[in-house]
Amino acid sequence: MTPTLALPAAPALARLRDFVDRWLFRLAGPEPAPIVLGQRRVFVLPTRAGLAFAATIVTLLIGSINYGLSLGYALTFLLAGLGVVSILHAFRNLVHLGIEYGRCDPVFCGGVARFPLVLSNRRAQARIALVLTPAVGEPAVVDVAGGASAVVALAVPARRRGWQRPGRIRIETTFPLGLVRAWSVIEPDMRCLVWPSPERNAPPIEAGQAPSDGTSAGAGGSDDFSGLRGHRPSDSPRHVAWKSAARGAALLTKLFAGGGGDTVWLDWDRLDAGLSAEARLSRLAAQVLRARDGGVRFGLRIPGVVLAPQSGAAHVEACLKALALHGESPAR
Amino acid sequence: MANPRRAEPGACVSPRQAIWLLAASAAVVAPLIVKLPAVIGVPSGILFVYAAWLWARGGRLPPPWLLAILVAVATAAIAIAYRSAFGREPGVAMLLAFLALKLLELRTRRDGFTVALLCYFLLLALLFDRQGPGVAAYAVAGVVLVTAAVLQIARDGQPARATIERALVMTAQAVPFMLVFFVLFPRVQGPLWGLPKDAFSAMSGLSDTMTPGSIGELSLSGALAFRVKFAGAPPAQRDLYWRGPVLTRFDGRTWRAARSTPHDRIPWEPAGKAVEYVVTLEPHNQRWLFALELPGLVPEAAVMTSEFQLLARTPVHQRALYPMRSWLEASAGAAEPEATLGEARRLPARSNPRSRMLASRWRATAADDSGVIAQALAHFRREPFVYTLTPPVLGKEAIDEFLFGTRRGFCEHYAGAFVFLMRAAGVPARVVTGYQGGEINPVDSYLVVRQSDAHAWAEVWLAGRGWTRIDPTAAVAPSRIERGIAAALPAGDPLPFLMRSELDWLRPLRFRWEAMGNAWDQWVIGYTAARQRELFGRLGMQDADWRAIGGAMGALLAVMLSAFGAWALHEHARQDAVAGAWSAFSRKMSRLGLARRPHEGPTDYARRIGAAAPRLAGPAAELAGLYAQLRYGRGAGPGGSREFVRRVRSFRLRP
Repeated sequence: MTPTLALPAAPALARLRDFVDRWLFRLAGPEPAPIVLGQRRVFVLPTRAGLAFAATIVTLLIGSINYGLSLGYALTFLLAGLGVVSILHAFRNLVHLGIEYGRCDPVFCGGVARFPLVLSNRRAQARIALVLTPAVGEPAVVDVAGGASAVVALAVPARRRGWQRPGRIRIETTFPLGLVRAWSVIEPDMRCLVWPSPERNAPPIEAGQAPSDGTSAGAGGSDDFSGLRGHRPSDSPRHVAWKSAARGAALLTKLFAGGGGDTVWLDWDRLDAGLSAEARLSRLAAQVLRARDGGVRFGLRIPGVVLAPQSGAAHVEACLKALALHGESPAR
Repeated sequence: MANPRRAEPGACVSPRQAIWLLAASAAVVAPLIVKLPAVIGVPSGILFVYAAWLWARGGRLPPPWLLAILVAVATAAIAIAYRSAFGREPGVAMLLAFLALKLLELRTRRDGFTVALLCYFLLLALLFDRQGPGVAAYAVAGVVLVTAAVLQIARDGQPARATIERALVMTAQAVPFMLVFFVLFPRVQGPLWGLPKDAFSAMSGLSDTMTPGSIGELSLSGALAFRVKFAGAPPAQRDLYWRGPVLTRFDGRTWRAARSTPHDRIPWEPAGKAVEYVVTLEPHNQRWLFALELPGLVPEAAVMTSEFQLLARTPVHQRALYPMRSWLEASAGAAEPEATLGEARRLPARSNPRSRMLASRWRATAADDSGVIAQALAHFRREPFVYTLTPPVLGKEAIDEFLFGTRRGFCEHYAGAFVFLMRAAGVPARVVTGYQGGEINPVDSYLVVRQSDAHAWAEVWLAGRGWTRIDPTAAVAPSRIERGIAAALPAGDPLPFLMRSELDWLRPLRFRWEAMGNAWDQWVIGYTAARQRELFGRLGMQDADWRAIGGAMGALLAVMLSAFGAWALHEHARQDAVAGAWSAFSRKMSRLGLARRPHEGPTDYARRIGAAAPRLAGPAAELAGLYAQLRYGRGAGPGGSREFVRRVRSFRLRP
């Protein structure tokens, strides 16, 4: 009986949460840069240290009353004033902080996505000990000198391929006295591309991975590189892919298309039938990297995307991006 | 790129932060530790030095079990040394010990903050004993230093100078709040609960007994007894007899107060001119209140005894302020009951035979009591009596030895001997102690009465007149009464430092300094519930209740908070005007379909406008240039933002 009773409450709670987010924290989805933390969205609450400080002041006040110490009152009230002043300083340390977004470099899944935020301080005084905490990931502490800006890269673990957002980021400061915490929540409209993590020890690109449209790969000529296969003792040492061998991979033999100008196709459909979609993406990512390392022209064919054979860093990135975004709606 | 660092309260304390905390603790603790009993003070001091040494050379902090043992030992030592773990002094000792131990287990920032809180708390202990401006200044410096240490805990590695500056600024900003709270926060007359016995340590001052030498000791003290502000011109110096304890019982050596019963009304009629004044009495932990003879009203929470002495209902532990009116020419006690007079004639049997013989000779030759008194005073004047602070020690028959042997004495010798002689002659007499004279400070025209003005005189009962003051010291050393003790003592007698005549050139300086001290005492230390009421009355809030006061306090705090809030937001207003004008420009352009795109910088934007609407190219480029200079450039004059706003406002799409 009881579990079912709890059910209707959950959407109400979610709605309340949503309302609080929208109304109090002014959060309505990712917001574009630049953000300036207006006074309306900077909040101040005492910290635990602040509560201890308040308790100390109350004790001092009681002591002053009890022993009739006029200077004791003065000390108590001076400390109380210090508490009030520290609220304003903490608030001032955060309010009107400008935030702009830097460029996020793509990372492989399983790595750490870095979201660079450019914090700009138009005030002449420094802003000290600003702590930025993403919903997931390590907090970062940064000082912003007066009239300057500072870049802080928030590190968020990249756990899924595709576009990753930093989510809600709490910007807070307890400076100067640690008695109060001024904080604000932002949800930057940033995204970081997360490539599929390349499969470890992926099998070499089979020479047979040629396009099915008839342009057959040459039979082991030596004009144009066309792919790699496992090393056989009879292969010429000149054709060994030493670069990848140096990285500890198994010995591979470079294959060259004999004057046909052919290229390697990395093809979704030619991979082992038993592989899942993600495993295919992982393998293709590994093969893209391998092809890049081998200096090969390669094309990529996955459902919905065909990238004509090319070489170069831009092509590699385009391929990895296509792999990262496989299956995601183009709207995102 | 910023170096991400942990900022949680659990983060470690760096040696640099520890040094700041140690310095703040040392400043707070040093004046306290010297007052502790050696058995507590010395080990605490050693612990502090040990902690400083460990941090300075980066040693390992002691293990928790050792600290646990130290805590137990410290607690036990304090409990044994003070025979109690409660009360003010053991409390302070305990906090000191804990502070020292906390410095030995300073691991996290939270520990550091705890140390700072202990320091803030111990600053109050500084104020228990002394509340002068010097101590206040020291406490404020302590607040600044501890605050600087807290700043260092909040963010490691800030430069020392910037930290101290920030702490100073914050403390200075806290002062307005302190003032508002100090003046308006409703004062409660303490104590809230029974104070432990050690709340008030012994203080110098008169006592309720008198033996030869007891007042002489006081004469060496320049300490303040009370201050008096006369409403009109102060009376002559020789009329300034501040009545204190009346001593009736005598056991041959010591004079003691009799048990007295309170009067419910002033038992005499006013005579002559009234003297109006306000007394600010220093705390002396006794009940008596001082007033000129004879006091004409009874202050709040006080009574008048049958010996015409004013007594507060509770001991005066804090500076007390009371208005007073005295009738200098009144006399009292004409209808004294026989029992009282009988007690005022009683002497211990068979002591001081020579004095008794002298008295009976006077009795035989004098016509009446007044004649006896006149003969006695003539005797003191005629014989070679010396008024001195360093009389020889007297033996068992003290009065005889003094009158016929040493003949050197201080006021208590003369008063005691005189009353003895009177009683031996059958005249009711008693000793009155109190203060005589005082010094007018020309700076603030307060009369300052010190412990060195302590005095003893005699009071005899005359039929038809009642109790009459006789001061035998005046017969021996008239200048004591006319000009004060410094004038009356022979050269070479010890005197309070600043009262010596060779330091006369310092006197104007001393007066100024003491007037400042008085102002401090009256308005800072003496700002009690009564003073607060008086102040509100003066400000036109006669029956200000806590609601009115709370309202006033709230309003003032709100004003101050808005002022500070405006300060916190200050820079923004100027910046925002520029940003607002820039958006307004974009809005104007949007009518031509040329709204600024979010990513567009000012130069690109102006170029796009110029391409789309060539006639606006000039003004747009000008505005964009100005905006870029205000936002990203240097040296846009102070009027620059205003100029920019003005130009945007006057910008027209069509000429």
